[in-house]
Amino acid sequence: MTDQTTPPRPRPAPEERPAPVDWATDWDHTHEAYAAAAPEIWDDLRGRCPVAHTDRFGGAWLPTSHQDVSAVAHDTTHFTSRSVIVSDFKPTAPAPVGFAPPITSDPPFHEFARRLLLPAFSPKAVRPLEATTRELCGGLIDTMLDGLAEGEDTVDVATAYSQHIPVQVIAHMLGVPPTDGDRFRVFIHRILEKPGQTGPTDTEDTMISYLEGVIADHRATPRDDLIGYLLDLEIEGRPLGDDHILGTVALLLIAGIDTTWSAIGASIWHLAQHPEHRRRLVEEPEVMPFAVEEMLRAYAPVTMARLVAEDVELGGQQLHKDDWVLLPFPSANRDPEAFDQPDEVVLDRERNRHAAFGLGIHRCLGSNLARMELRVALEEWVRRVPDFELADAEAVRWSTGQVRGPRQLPIRLLATRPGGPR
Amino acid sequence: MRIQYDRAACQGHNRCYLLAPELFDVDDEGYAILLVEGEVPTDLEGKARLAADNCPEYAITLEA
Ligand code: SF4
Repeated sequence: MTDQTTPPRPRPAPEERPAPVDWATDWDHTHEAYAAAAPEIWDDLRGRCPVAHTDRFGGAWLPTSHQDVSAVAHDTTHFTSRSVIVSDFKPTAPAPVGFAPPITSDPPFHEFARRLLLPAFSPKAVRPLEATTRELCGGLIDTMLDGLAEGEDTVDVATAYSQHIPVQVIAHMLGVPPTDGDRFRVFIHRILEKPGQTGPTDTEDTMISYLEGVIADHRATPRDDLIGYLLDLEIEGRPLGDDHILGTVALLLIAGIDTTWSAIGASIWHLAQHPEHRRRLVEEPEVMPFAVEEMLRAYAPVTMARLVAEDVELGGQQLHKDDWVLLPFPSANRDPEAFDQPDEVVLDRERNRHAAFGLGIHRCLGSNLARMELRVALEEWVRRVPDFELADAEAVRWSTGQVRGPRQLPIRLLATRPGGPR
Repeated sequence: MRIQYDRAACQGHNRCYLLAPELFDVDDEGYAILLVEGEVPTDLEGKARLAADNCPEYAITLEA
């Protein structure tokens, strides 16, 4: 999960890996070719090789059906969460805690670590953040529109809008300056997009060292924010260990940003190509809660991983201890066995048991926050920019790795409205 | 229509609470609380169906 998985010795900068020829036997989710066409790759694999294999990353499996993904997610006996990011390096942090509890923890420690955090992310705890988020989104749109030169009508929505929303919401929650957002994005790129592939990093420049500073600062000056909450927590009369706090904050930072940013961007990417859908959201705001879930289903940004804890069979394949298993929830969400018309975006889909936030005991802890951010970001966007289109389909670039979303998204603004009261 | 909720299966996705707040509340940790016992009021049957059809963990079951 964290950049501690990289060994301390300096390594040469990595070479670009060759593109896979057959995804069934040599898949690589960190490759640009996968990023550009992941849904097609999953559909192909689901049809002919539902549990694909690769020798990359020291050996890894890729189930693509809803049934297999769900089975792995619900089976904490044969699969451990000790590391949830497929990388060239196997994790060294021991079970059951892992580097970033609770996502890297197994039962029984998992439940304990998760319960500490659940109250901070319940629907009722998240609700008061909605107004702040709405204001933030409006401000971002103002800045974006004010920044347009005379006659200019195109913006990169990924960099001008989507990415700032979760960065600033989580900075607000953690109690760190919003201006640290650029640093967060560097950490996340290194950890999620090119795990173990970006070469040596100066110690002071790592997320670990950044967070040590932030935690020390909070210890020196206690405040009423999420880090303050963690520092105040006690287990049997003893405060949480520094490793536990650091791992948890690292997790919240990593898990909270890229993922939500991706969901917002993918939704705007979709709407840019579907005038009937953007019109419907403008004219029938009551469809929005369904549309949000449908966007999450169709463009689920997050794929998790497990390590095989005990030899087990999955979809006719024999998995061995310490093999990786990648769990593409977005592929489960497009399985025709589980969803009608899985490749269609049905804006008001009424049966939608999507797995965008995972399944089983590791259900995304931040799902209520993410859902709120996505809904508010889309509500404010269609309110202020009711009509828009892709400016250059070729220039859209999707992220590589386990979080999928547009990282470049040039959008032409066809109609805009001033801010002000709703 | 009768409704049942399996607390052991619930993972707190909160889709039920979002779609049918008349039928489900949510506790401080985000797990669902079923507000009716047994029979679903007729005017809420549509919402009960929505909640069941959107629970990723199949924790809500309905009987005609
Ligand atoms: S939708 Fe299902 S899993 Fe989610 S809170 Fe309701 S009952 Fe629990």
